[in-house]
Amino acid sequence: MSVDEKTVRRVARLARLAIPEERLAPMAGELNAILAWVEQLQELDTSSVEPMTSVRPMRLPRRQDVVTDGGYPADIVANAPRTEDNFFVVPKVVE
Amino acid sequence: MTDLLKLSLTEARDGLRAKAFSSKELTDASVKAIAEARDLNAYVLETPEIAAEMAAASDAKLAKGEGGALEGIPLGIKDLFCTKGVQTTAASKILKGFKPVYESTITAQLWKAGAVMTGKLNMDEFAMGSSNETSHFGPAVNPWRRGNDDAKLVPGGSSGGSAAAVAADLVFGATATDTGGSIRQPASVTGLVGIKPTYGRCSRWGVVAFASSLDQAGPITKTVADSAAMLREMSGFDPKDSTSVDMAVPDFEKACTRSVKGLRIGVPKEYRIDGVPAEIDALWEQGIAWLKDAGAEIVEVSLPHTKYALPAYYIVAPAEASSNLARYDGVRYGLRAPADDLTEMYEKTRAEGVGREVQRRILIGTYVLSAGYYDAYYIRAQKVRALIKRDFDLAFEAGVDAILTPATPSAAFGLAAMATASPIEMYLNDIFTVTVNMAGLPGIAVPAGLTAEGLPLGLQLIGRAFDEETVLRAGRAVEQAAGFTAKPAGVAR
Repeated sequence: MSVDEKTVRRVARLARLAIPEERLAPMAGELNAILAWVEQLQELDTSSVEPMTSVRPMRLPRRQDVVTDGGYPADIVANAPRTEDNFFVVPKVVE
Repeated sequence: MTDLLKLSLTEARDGLRAKAFSSKELTDASVKAIAEARDLNAYVLETPEIAAEMAAASDAKLAKGEGGALEGIPLGIKDLFCTKGVQTTAASKILKGFKPVYESTITAQLWKAGAVMTGKLNMDEFAMGSSNETSHFGPAVNPWRRGNDDAKLVPGGSSGGSAAAVAADLVFGATATDTGGSIRQPASVTGLVGIKPTYGRCSRWGVVAFASSLDQAGPITKTVADSAAMLREMSGFDPKDSTSVDMAVPDFEKACTRSVKGLRIGVPKEYRIDGVPAEIDALWEQGIAWLKDAGAEIVEVSLPHTKYALPAYYIVAPAEASSNLARYDGVRYGLRAPADDLTEMYEKTRAEGVGREVQRRILIGTYVLSAGYYDAYYIRAQKVRALIKRDFDLAFEAGVDAILTPATPSAAFGLAAMATASPIEMYLNDIFTVTVNMAGLPGIAVPAGLTAEGLPLGLQLIGRAFDEETVLRAGRAVEQAAGFTAKPAGVAR
């Protein structure tokens, strides 16, 4: 499997990462080199192998579905580039 | 008083308890040394005021015969650990100015044990790199030099600042993290000890995430006993990390004092790799002989899926990174690029905020997780991971207690090597360490010798899950036999 400029543009869009036009071709080359290298995994028959999900078998811990934290909105927005009345401010989304 | 800084962490601790010197003396010496060694670019932020306050509090406790296990000891903190009110950037422009309103579990535990914070340490951006050269703050520099050649070398990565600071005797230990080798590789190329504990041993809460199923924190220190002492304070169950394991934390330092007599040490034939310098193979042979002389039994083991670990890692790690790094969008923290609409703001912020290697990994990760490719890449890589883990399981089930391998495929290389190397050439630095992350096991790097050019090389010991004790014990045996006392020449102090 290899990627072309069109694919890089699509993936960059999915990743919300602006890639300038002139970087699309070099990036496709870099990604293809990595993808060609990982291709060696095809040598292995993994049909009867379960994918690894954790280092040791364990269940995710559970807890009561109750509020255990919160109530400090000023802290939550303390690092935001733009805020108003403890809300995050972003460019207009809805006209 | 600079000589105080030559002490090991455990020596400094014992000296403080015996009141041979104060935390203020240690901390002042450390703060001064850090300021004098700015050429190393080991620190991205120095916190001398915090250090002075913490040292004074420690001295008050020590005077009363109180205090925690690391009371009064100056440490450095990798800039991946969130520190309350103190800038935390993961060495990325996108987190510039970020001051967490909370403290990571690990650093909170270290402060509770009495440790003194000297500042935040340089690293590869988001821990993605093996040379510290992807840092937004520029590379950290290895205090070691090749013979009389003054050319600057890299301290390894991603915990390059941690390694440079400890190797230059600026602090007694540093926190680090290891996703594919980022504790063990820098420790190895700077003549230090670094242990990556079992996945789940240390809480990941408040540590900026790279690849969540692989990330694990640990210490970089001068000696095995130091690593044991520091790891004990970093370890333990944390309900805030769902992958943290609820198990008692053993007295790791005590484990180091036990002889390796009767231990079975495995030597995996798959770690003999073409193109690795003869010096590294010779050091490995030496390590085998040392452990044999110390009474261990050496057995050959086979880990047949070793060669697939690195390619599988370069699917799993970028996939998880692309997901974890989605949060850096210019809304809640860090950098925001000006834009007219929301999508453009996301795209420009992220493009401006992260460097080329991080961008590459976000794209690879997004690609392998995208519709139609998930099974072919990510699921297949997770299956290969199961095979790698099974290799280790079988070796341990057959009665092997620990496995001895080289730590890195080369000694420290020159600054700017990254510019001419391909990404894959850089990825190969982790060839001996990455299997351990894929299987979630504990691994330690111990300094074992010097190259003909006078650069340090390390050996690695790998253990069963949650058996850091045997790893430290065998590591201590290698340390004792090697008698590594060389010091770097590249610090003018």
